[in-house]
Amino acid sequence: MGCFLVPTTEAVIVTIAEHVAEKKALSSGNREEALKEVQAPKVPFTRKLSWLRNMLWGGSGLLAFEHVWHGEVVPWFPFLTAASDPADAAEMLHEMSTVGVTMAALVTVVWLGMVAVSSAVEKKAAQQTAEEAESKA
Amino acid sequence: MTLLTAVFAAVISTVVWYRNAPGDEMKVSILCFMYWGASLMWLVDAIFEYAELREAYFTPEPADMLNDFFLGISVVALGLVIWVVILLVKDPKGAVKKVLLKK
Repeated sequence: MGCFLVPTTEAVIVTIAEHVAEKKALSSGNREEALKEVQAPKVPFTRKLSWLRNMLWGGSGLLAFEHVWHGEVVPWFPFLTAASDPADAAEMLHEMSTVGVTMAALVTVVWLGMVAVSSAVEKKAAQQTAEEAESKA
Repeated sequence: MTLLTAVFAAVISTVVWYRNAPGDEMKVSILCFMYWGASLMWLVDAIFEYAELREAYFTPEPADMLNDFFLGISVVALGLVIWVVILLVKDPKGAVKKVLLKK
């Protein structure tokens, strides 16, 4: 009914967070740090955030299309057909708090897994580089 | 059926991305994230539906199955359209710019 609104809200928050992080990294105080992050064999955090952003926007966008397909989202006010009836609205809110929250949580958990794998690969690469430098010296 | 269609689209786009990795000139990664995001969300939807319907979940009416498949194909098409628009707007190869500036 309106389950896609929960991941959409998270997508908005993540997009704002990504912009803030990007601005912070490029601000005069952290400029050197930002450049270091780009030069080092490390995936910048803003890029990792973009994975979550793309999954959330893409997923909720396609899910919104499914709701249009089923006539649950309409192009006129109040946009969600369930919102015009109090009983349906209560059901919609229940669905948002169960299915919607689980959707957002699962996507976030998968993203955390991706970040963990990426960090492990970065660590291994850093170790290899250090070992190679040691053997050369 | 919608979930299955989205998963197939996600797997195919991931294979296409991997073939060209680490390069991503065609921005296929956007397509991957979009389809995987949708697949995860429909997986949750399917789990909740299964919890409600139990074994009836696996024996849908042919008309419902066809409608779901039609929806799945439409979702894949919409994803591809979004990807093409992003590709043309970002224009990583500069081809659109070159064509527009061509005398």
